[in-house]
Amino acid sequence: MREFIEGSAAVARTIRMCKPGLISAYPITPQTHIGENLVQYIADGEMECEFVNSESEHSSASIILGASAVGVRAYNSTSSQGLLLMAEVLYSIAGMRLPLVLTCANRAVSSPINIWNDQQDSVTLRDSGWIQFYGETNQEVCDLHIQAYRIAEDRNVSLPVMVCMDGYTLTHAVEVIDIPEQEQVDRFLPPFKPLHVLDPKDPVSMGVLYDPASYTETRYAIHETMREVLEMIPKVSAEFKEIFGRESGGLIQEYKTKDADKVIVAMGSVVSTVKEAVDEMRDEGEKVGALKVITHRPLPSQALYNSLKHIPQIAVLDKSISLGAAGPLCMDIRSVFQGKDASPKISGFVAGLGGRDITKDTVREIFDRLSGDQVSDQFIGLDVEQVINAT
Amino acid sequence: MATKHLFASGHTACSGCGQSMAARLVVDAAGPNVIIANSTGCLEVFSNMYPRTAWEVPWIHSLFENPASVASGIEAGLRSMGKLDEIRVIAQGGDGSSADIGFQAISGMFERGHDVLYVCYDNGAYMNTGVQRSSQTPFDANTTTTPPGKKSFGKKQYQKNLVAIFAAHGIPYSATASVAFPTDVQRKVKKALDIRGPKFLQIFVPCPLGWRHDPGLTYEVARLAVETGLFPVVEYVDGELASARSISDPKPVEEYLKLQGRFRHLFSAPGGEEEIKKIQAIADGNIRKYGLVKEKPKKEPEKEPEEKPKEEEPKEEKEVAELKKFTLEELAKFDGKEDRPAYIAYKGKVYDVSEKVLWDDGDHLGLHEAGKDLTEEIGEAPHEEDNVLELPVVGELEG
Amino acid sequence: MLVPITAKPGTSRKNLTGSWRIMQKPHFLQKNCIACNRCLLICPEGCIEGDGKNTYHCDLDYCKGCGNCAAICPKDDIKMVPEETEL
Repeated sequence: MREFIEGSAAVARTIRMCKPGLISAYPITPQTHIGENLVQYIADGEMECEFVNSESEHSSASIILGASAVGVRAYNSTSSQGLLLMAEVLYSIAGMRLPLVLTCANRAVSSPINIWNDQQDSVTLRDSGWIQFYGETNQEVCDLHIQAYRIAEDRNVSLPVMVCMDGYTLTHAVEVIDIPEQEQVDRFLPPFKPLHVLDPKDPVSMGVLYDPASYTETRYAIHETMREVLEMIPKVSAEFKEIFGRESGGLIQEYKTKDADKVIVAMGSVVSTVKEAVDEMRDEGEKVGALKVITHRPLPSQALYNSLKHIPQIAVLDKSISLGAAGPLCMDIRSVFQGKDASPKISGFVAGLGGRDITKDTVREIFDRLSGDQVSDQFIGLDVEQVINAT
Repeated sequence: MATKHLFASGHTACSGCGQSMAARLVVDAAGPNVIIANSTGCLEVFSNMYPRTAWEVPWIHSLFENPASVASGIEAGLRSMGKLDEIRVIAQGGDGSSADIGFQAISGMFERGHDVLYVCYDNGAYMNTGVQRSSQTPFDANTTTTPPGKKSFGKKQYQKNLVAIFAAHGIPYSATASVAFPTDVQRKVKKALDIRGPKFLQIFVPCPLGWRHDPGLTYEVARLAVETGLFPVVEYVDGELASARSISDPKPVEEYLKLQGRFRHLFSAPGGEEEIKKIQAIADGNIRKYGLVKEKPKKEPEKEPEEKPKEEEPKEEKEVAELKKFTLEELAKFDGKEDRPAYIAYKGKVYDVSEKVLWDDGDHLGLHEAGKDLTEEIGEAPHEEDNVLELPVVGELEG
Repeated sequence: MLVPITAKPGTSRKNLTGSWRIMQKPHFLQKNCIACNRCLLICPEGCIEGDGKNTYHCDLDYCKGCGNCAAICPKDDIKMVPEETEL
């Protein structure tokens, strides 16, 4: 049913329909509304679920780890500093193959402290073994959560999934979202049957020490599973369309790229702005397009290559930066082409850090700069003077 | 009869490891319907290495500072499945995990009131990483990060009072125990697990490697820590001090310190004597604070020397006349059950054992029962009759 | 793809830690034992068994020879003897 609802609240409604047995969360701007909505459902008896108010994100992540280990579907959400604080727990969760789902409401990381949106936080965890999705709209974000549980809990996968949504831009946007029916979710998402579980009836030790002779294979197994998940994601997205009636999720989405001379590759809500600019520029006769990366981990190299190989000039728009190198997405896109026949110009642009607005003009500027020399890490909209003169 | 331990042999703890003693005592007392969340540390490392584990119960290890939060999730997860009545949850770690890096998580777990027993195995240092100092390292102890030298006698700080800190969280039970008294460890684990809500148990476990003593001295070192007053064995129930194990024969701290290489510098370096006095002051402070040494009844002679002979005789007669007489049937009623006092008879006198830590509802270590004449049974006790003669007299046995 | 990431209960028993002993081992005299059970409780390896007076003994496959059983015995009924001693 279509409702006019805040992004965070829509996520909470979606999670409610996924029927977790335990939620643990800790406040941090801008994702706090998700937890607040969920706990109100529980307080009003509209949701049967244990809610544990942890004393830090390190603990809230550990709490959902414990719950998943005894076979309970669990959920958590966080941002920025919270994500970084729970980082070692997230690595532990992936290593223990626990199928948890976590929302990351993307926010810049300290220091300096900045509570507005960029993607530095989730991108920092890209090596962790968590599957990572980036939603363009609140609709897609909600849909991705349902697909997340389905993929995570598949017994051939058993890996955790992080659904990333741009903080404030999406969390605090109030718009019309089609909230699914409980019956649709029940059809799509079977009850959780854990792969291994802590149970006195069949006691096992989890989290044992692995020495040099045995550790590598556990990491290889996750890496292999990630590869297998690349094939699974489009199938799950297709199944989702059958039951819920719309396209959502998947690996990537092409937007007017078939005959494009220039394409901007990006993740998250900024893709909407890029699409709008593309539409305007197309009307002006420019052959431009956008490519949305929905699944960042596992990296859909083959799909990316197939979509981009005929594009002569590719701009990657990163809302984060690997300081001292380049934007993480740019480095990933370049790696896709390594050793391949096609060899387009791939330029990396960094914009939107700390919530700095990316407008259609910003997008046009990127398309414009793409015509120049290939660059790796060009900051858009830099104004050093202004910051220095502020004192 | 084969004893099936829930912590199996074949683990790789050092010979004489106090923590391995305690870990087995805890899980055996807890029984098979338990889930354990363990921190990183010696116990985690020596109890398993893929594909082998010593644990016979469901067990999970994640990180160094999160056993309490993992256990919170396990407990809440079990609660959501309606299984908390059948399965108990234990979170455990060393002193490094519990008092330092994982302190916050325990505090959070206790504040939220999870039905979990937290066990801290206290060997006074980060042993697994090579004997570095924790906040529970004793004053003046030598660790690799508090080494003695020309300008140092070892750790400068005193220990946090963990059992009191956690009692102050308002949890129903917070206690200490020692591997020197293994039955007491198990009694406390069982008592704790019978309580619904958060519980804390700190178990004193010597580490032969870190403390530099012979592996065969673990038991004696643990016992001396208690007998000097340096490690009080206490119980807090609902935030109030409910019991403190008395020391019948207090020892000077030197007897404890001299057995351990980590205190050797106190006996050789200039100024060491003064330091030992400071450690004695810690022990004396504990003894005073918890009332660990009972005053022996004083003889009156010093007060009124001249009139005494006349007054004393009538007093003694009165005392004799006032001693209540018990028949064996009457004595049997004082069995310590259901809040009744616990009395025993020995060589014609009747003694009150109600307050004794090792008499639990009239049961002494599963070997002796209150409400009986135990004169014949003294031969089976590991202690001498002094332990009995010190007890408060409440009467005489008839016949 | 999955590889096992759990361990099965009690599998540590395959590791016979008795091979660690080089100096001494316990001799259970079984003469004055009062079955107080404290040797069984204190043993770090959990390899002492017994059921009744003068029945206590240890499994030398696991005993590391620490000597705490001898230390705790109230009747001095356990003696640590050199490893080579025939028992």
